[in-house]
Amino acid sequence: MDFLTIVQISDSALRLATPLLLACLAGLFSERAGIFDIGLEGKILVSAFFSAAVAASTGSVWIGLCAGIAVSVAFSMVHGLASITFQGNQLISGVALNFLASGLTVLVGEAWFSLGGRTPSLAGEARFPNLELPFASAVADIPVLGPIYSDLLSGHTILVYVALLLVPVSWFVLYRTRFGLRLRAVGENPAAVDTAGISVIRLRYTSMVIAGVLCGLAGIYLATGLGSAFGKEMSAGRGYIALAALIFAKWKPVPALGATLLFGLLQAIAIRYPKLDLGIITLPAQFMEALPYILTVIILAGFIGKAIPPKAGGEPYVKER
Amino acid sequence: MAGPQNAKGQQATAAPSSVPTTAPAIELRGISKAFGPVQANKDISISVQPGTIHGIIGENGAGKSTLMSILYGFYKADEGEIYIHGHETQIPDSQAAINAGIGMVFQHFKLVENFSVLENVILGVEDGALLRPSLAKARKALQALADEYELRVDPDALIEDLGVGMQQRVEILKALYRRADILILDEPTGVLTPAEADHLFRILEGLRAQGKTIILITHKLREIMEITDTVSVMRRGQMTATVKTKDTTPEQLAELMVGRKVLLHVDKAPAHVGEKMLEVANLRVIDDQGVERLKGIDLTIRAGEILGIAGVSGNGQTDLMEVLGGYAKATGSIRVNGQELDLTGKHSDARSRRKRGIAHVPEDRQSRGLIMEFPAWQNIAFGYHHEPEFQKNALLMDNAAMVEIAQDKMDRFDVRPPNPQLAAKSFSGGNQQKIIVAREIERNPDLLIVGQPTRGVDIGAIEFIHQQIVALRDQGKAILLVSVELEEILSLSDRIAVMFDGKIMGERLPAETDEKELGLLMAGVVNDKNAVKEGAV
Amino acid sequence: MEKMPKWADIALIPLLNLTLAFGISMLVILAIGQDPIEAVKLMVSGALGSTYGWGYTLYYATNFIFTGLAVSIAFKAALFNIGGEGQAALGGLGVALVCLYIPFPHWSVAIIFAMLGGAVFGAAWAAIPAYLQAKRGSHVVITTIMFNFIAASLLNYLLVNVLRPKGAMDPASAKFPETTNLPTFHEMLEPLGIAFSKSAPVNISLLIALLACVLVYILMWRTRIGYEIRAFGESPSASVYAGISPLKITMIAMLLSGGLAGMMSINNTMGESERLIINSIEGAGFIGIAVALMGRNHPFGVLLAALLFGFLYQGGGELALWMSIPRELVLVIQGLVILFTGALDNMIRIPVERMFIRAAKRKEA
Repeated sequence: MDFLTIVQISDSALRLATPLLLACLAGLFSERAGIFDIGLEGKILVSAFFSAAVAASTGSVWIGLCAGIAVSVAFSMVHGLASITFQGNQLISGVALNFLASGLTVLVGEAWFSLGGRTPSLAGEARFPNLELPFASAVADIPVLGPIYSDLLSGHTILVYVALLLVPVSWFVLYRTRFGLRLRAVGENPAAVDTAGISVIRLRYTSMVIAGVLCGLAGIYLATGLGSAFGKEMSAGRGYIALAALIFAKWKPVPALGATLLFGLLQAIAIRYPKLDLGIITLPAQFMEALPYILTVIILAGFIGKAIPPKAGGEPYVKER
Repeated sequence: MAGPQNAKGQQATAAPSSVPTTAPAIELRGISKAFGPVQANKDISISVQPGTIHGIIGENGAGKSTLMSILYGFYKADEGEIYIHGHETQIPDSQAAINAGIGMVFQHFKLVENFSVLENVILGVEDGALLRPSLAKARKALQALADEYELRVDPDALIEDLGVGMQQRVEILKALYRRADILILDEPTGVLTPAEADHLFRILEGLRAQGKTIILITHKLREIMEITDTVSVMRRGQMTATVKTKDTTPEQLAELMVGRKVLLHVDKAPAHVGEKMLEVANLRVIDDQGVERLKGIDLTIRAGEILGIAGVSGNGQTDLMEVLGGYAKATGSIRVNGQELDLTGKHSDARSRRKRGIAHVPEDRQSRGLIMEFPAWQNIAFGYHHEPEFQKNALLMDNAAMVEIAQDKMDRFDVRPPNPQLAAKSFSGGNQQKIIVAREIERNPDLLIVGQPTRGVDIGAIEFIHQQIVALRDQGKAILLVSVELEEILSLSDRIAVMFDGKIMGERLPAETDEKELGLLMAGVVNDKNAVKEGAV
Repeated sequence: MEKMPKWADIALIPLLNLTLAFGISMLVILAIGQDPIEAVKLMVSGALGSTYGWGYTLYYATNFIFTGLAVSIAFKAALFNIGGEGQAALGGLGVALVCLYIPFPHWSVAIIFAMLGGAVFGAAWAAIPAYLQAKRGSHVVITTIMFNFIAASLLNYLLVNVLRPKGAMDPASAKFPETTNLPTFHEMLEPLGIAFSKSAPVNISLLIALLACVLVYILMWRTRIGYEIRAFGESPSASVYAGISPLKITMIAMLLSGGLAGMMSINNTMGESERLIINSIEGAGFIGIAVALMGRNHPFGVLLAALLFGFLYQGGGELALWMSIPRELVLVIQGLVILFTGALDNMIRIPVERMFIRAAKRKEA
C-alpha cells in the first residue's frame, strides 16, 4: 500500500466520518441532557431527503439546508414531546420516529418526484462546492505534507470543516459555559437542576433542538456532500453507528472525533477493498459491510473499557414528593 | 377518619398567646393539595416567626413533605395563600422560592454526584454565560460562609467522594449562597450519626443566632424537644396543633401525632432461648466498586431470640440482610441450624435461602418485597412460587389456589381492603407491609430477617407487625431485626448489636443500655463497660 | 384506589391512540395529493373483498403474529427486542437448511423440523445480545439493531456464495423439495367444499400461529416461568429478592422471543416462497414492535393487531398498485402506531384518567 493510497483512504475516511461525527455530537447533546436518542437515524434520513428535495426544487443548497434542519428539528420536537412532556419511553419514541422517517421520505418523495423514492440528481448550486484551502495547489508537490494538506485536508465541502470545528466548540460549551454545566447536570440529576430553580423541561428541549440541528447537518451532508441525491434508506444505519461511537467515546466530544474517524476509516477500507486479502484469508465484501456493526457490538460488550452513561439517561423526570 | 381525637387536636391549635408583633417570616393560610383521589394536605395554616426554629412533626405520610414541597414551588397548592415576611407570595416554581429567600435541604440530597462542591453551589445562580468568573466568586463566598458558620467543605472535592454529613453541608451552603433567610430541612438527621446530628444542630443554632428562620421537618420527638422553639403537629394531611416547645411534652406530641395514646413498649414475655440458630463468622462483602461493605461480622442468634441490629443506615446492615436473603455474595461463614450456607456458588440465591428456612421481610418493600403492578394474590406467592401449594400440576400454577390462600391471609392479617385482586400499589404502606409479613411469617421459618418493619407504616399496623414478630419468637424461632429506629430496636430486641462501618461495634442488653450509649456506638465510639458478657443470654 | 375502570385501560385508551395514528395517516395521504376515503375503500376491497385478498391479509397476519408475540414476550421481561428482523432472517436460514438437506417423507413431518430449525436459529441469533445484556450490561436495544445489520450481511453472503445453485442468477437457495410444501387454505378448504383463492399464500402456518398465541398465553399467565418473566419485567430488584435469576430470565425471554421470530419463516419461506430468498422478512420483524405495543403485549391483543397490520399490508400493496401511494405508507402507519400507543400514551391517558377521577368525584358529591 503506497503513500498516495493511504492519503486517499484517509480522505475518504474523513468524508465518511463527517455525518457520523455530526450525528454523534447530536447524540452527545441529547444524551448528556438525559434523553436517549435512537432516532438519530430517522432524523438524518428526513434531513437528507428534505434538503435534497428542496435543493433540487429550488436549485439552492442553502435553502435545502434550512429545510433539512427544520424537518430534523421537528422530529426532535416530537421526540421531546414524547420523552419530556409526556414522559414516555424514549427508546420506543426513537424507533417510531425512525419508521416514520423511512416511510415519509419515500411517500413524499414519490409524490414529489415520481422517481421511486429518489430525488433528482443535484448539481451546481444545489450542492455544496468543495472548498480549496489556501495554497492547496501550491504545496501539493511538497512530499508527504503536500498531499496530506492538499488531498486529505483541502477540497471538502464546508460541512466537513464545520463538523471538525464543532468538536472544540462542543467541548467548550459543555465544560466552560453555564449552559454546559446545566446540561451536564440535567443528565446526571435533574432533581438538582429543578431544585436550583432551572427548568428541566426547557433545558432538555434545548438539547433536543441542538440534536435536531446537528442531525440535520449530518443528513444534508449525506445527500448533498457525500452523495449527489437522496436515495431510499440512504442513512443506512449511520445513526446507530453514531450512537455506538458515542458510547465508545464515553459521551465526550474529543473522543467522539476519534471514534467516528475510526468508523469512517473502516467504511473507507470496506469501500476501497470489497474483498480484503489478509494473506491467510480473504474477507468477503459482506464481512467488511458488517464490520462496523460487529465492532459496535464488541465495544458495547465492554471489552474495550467500561462506558458509564449519564446517570439520568432514559428516565423521564418526575418530581418526587 | 375524623374521630373524637380530632376535637382534642383542635383545642391545642390555639396560637401561642405571646405572639411578637413583627410579621411572620412565613405564614401559610388554608393550604390544600390533592393528588388524584388522595388528599395530601387539608386546610393547613401555620405561621413562623423570624429568627426561630420551627419544627413540623408527624408520621410518615402525614403530609409534611408535600407541604414543604408546596412552599418550595414543587407543587402548586389547590387552595390557600403563602405570605413571606407579610407579603403574599406566589411560588409557582423553585426559582420563585429561591427569590423569596427560601432554601431547602431535601431528605434525598439534590446534588450532582460527579460535580465538584463548587459546581454544585453555583448551579442555577451562575453569573454570566461563562463559568470561570462564577467559580472564582463562589470560592471566595464559600470561604466567607465557612468562617461565619463553621461550615467547612473542600470546594474542589467531588460530591461522590464526600460522606453524607459533608454532602448535607453542601446543601446548606447551596441555600446560604443563594442568600436564603428561611431554611427548610426535611428529615435531616435520617442519615446522620447522633454526633453528626448534634453538629448539625449547632450549625442550625448558629444560623438562628444570625437571624435566619429554620423549619425542621422530622418524625423524631427527641429532635423537636432539643432544638425547636415552636412545633406544629401534622396528622393525615391536617395540622392538628401548633404549640411552644417548652410548653409541651414528648408524650403529648406523640399523642397529637397519632391521635391516641401510644404504646411505646411492646408487651413481651422474657425470652426462652434454645439452640444456636444462626451463626455468622467473619462475614465479608466487597461491592461492585471494590469497597468493603462488611468487614468481618460475627454474630449468633439462638432459637426464641430477637437480635436487633442498630445503626445509622448505610453501615452494612443492608449488605448483611442481602447476604442472608441470598442476593449478595460474601466470604466467611454462615450456619443456619448448624448447617453451612453457600455464600458464592449455585446455592447462594434467594430461593435456596428460603429452602433452608430463612424468611425475609426486606427493608424496601416497594423495590424488593412486592411487585407493585401484580395483584395481591400473585404477590402472596412471590419468592415461594415454586412451592407445591401454588401448583396445579407439573407444568401449571394453580391460580385459584393462590387467590384463595391470599384471601385467607389477607383476612387473618387484617389487610385492608381485603381484596386479593387489587394491585399491590393500590394498598397503603402499612397494608403492603402486612401482605409481606403474612407471606413470610407463615412460612414457619427457622430464621426471620426483618428490615425496617415499620418504615412508612401507620401506627395501628406497627403494633400488629410487632406482635407478629414477638409471636414468632415465642414459637422458638430466631429473628434478626434491622431498624434505624432506636426505639423499635430497644422495645423489640432481646439483645442488641450495633453496626458501624461494616463492623459490629458491640452488643448490649436492652435493659442495660439506653439511646445515648447506642448512639455513641452507632458513631463508632466504643465504651465496653456495658458489653454483653459471654453467655449472658 | 383505581384511577379508572379496567375497560378504559384496555379498550378506550388504545382505541383513542389508534384513532390518532390513523387520523394522521389520513392527513398524510391527503398531503401527498391522494384521496384518503378512496384509499380506505381500495384497501378494504383489496384486502377483504375477496378470498384472494383475505388470503394475503391472513398470510401477512401470520408473520406478524409470530413477530408480535416475539416482541411482546421480550417486553414482558422489560427487554426491547428490536432484533426480530434479524432473528426471523436467521430463522429463515434454519428452515431452509432443514428443508433442503433433510429428506422428508411428508410435509407434516417436515413442518415440525422446520419449526425447530427456525426457532433454534432465531433463538441463537437472540442469544448473543441477551447474554451481553445480562452479563455485560450492553443495551439489548442497540445490540439487536446491530445484529439485524449483521444478519442481513450474513444472509447476503450465504445466498450469494453458498446456497445459490450453480448457474442461478438471483441470490436465492434452490427450491425446497415438494414433500416440504405446506398445504394452503385452498388445499385445506377444498375437501370441505369451501372455495378459497388458489393463488393466495395463506397456509397451515396460520393455525400454528394461533396455537402459538394460546401457548404464549398459558406460558405467561399460568406457568412459573411466565410468572418469573413478568415479575422480572416489572421489577428486577424485587426479582432477585424472590430468587429469580436475572441471567436466566433474560436468556429465556430472549430465546423465546428469538425462537418465535425465527418460526415466522415456516410461513414466508416454507409456506410461500418455498425457497430462501434475500430480504425474505420484508420488515415483519419491525412490524412486530407495533403489533406488540398495539396488542398491549397480550397474545389476544397481538392477534388482533396482527390482523389489522395484515390488512394494512395487503391493502397497502393494493394502494401501490392502483393509486400510486407507495407501500411505505405502511411504514408511516407503523411508526405512528408505535409513537401513539408506545411513546405518547400519556398524552391520551392523563386526560382520560383525569376525566374519570373528576367523574368519580362528582358522583361522590
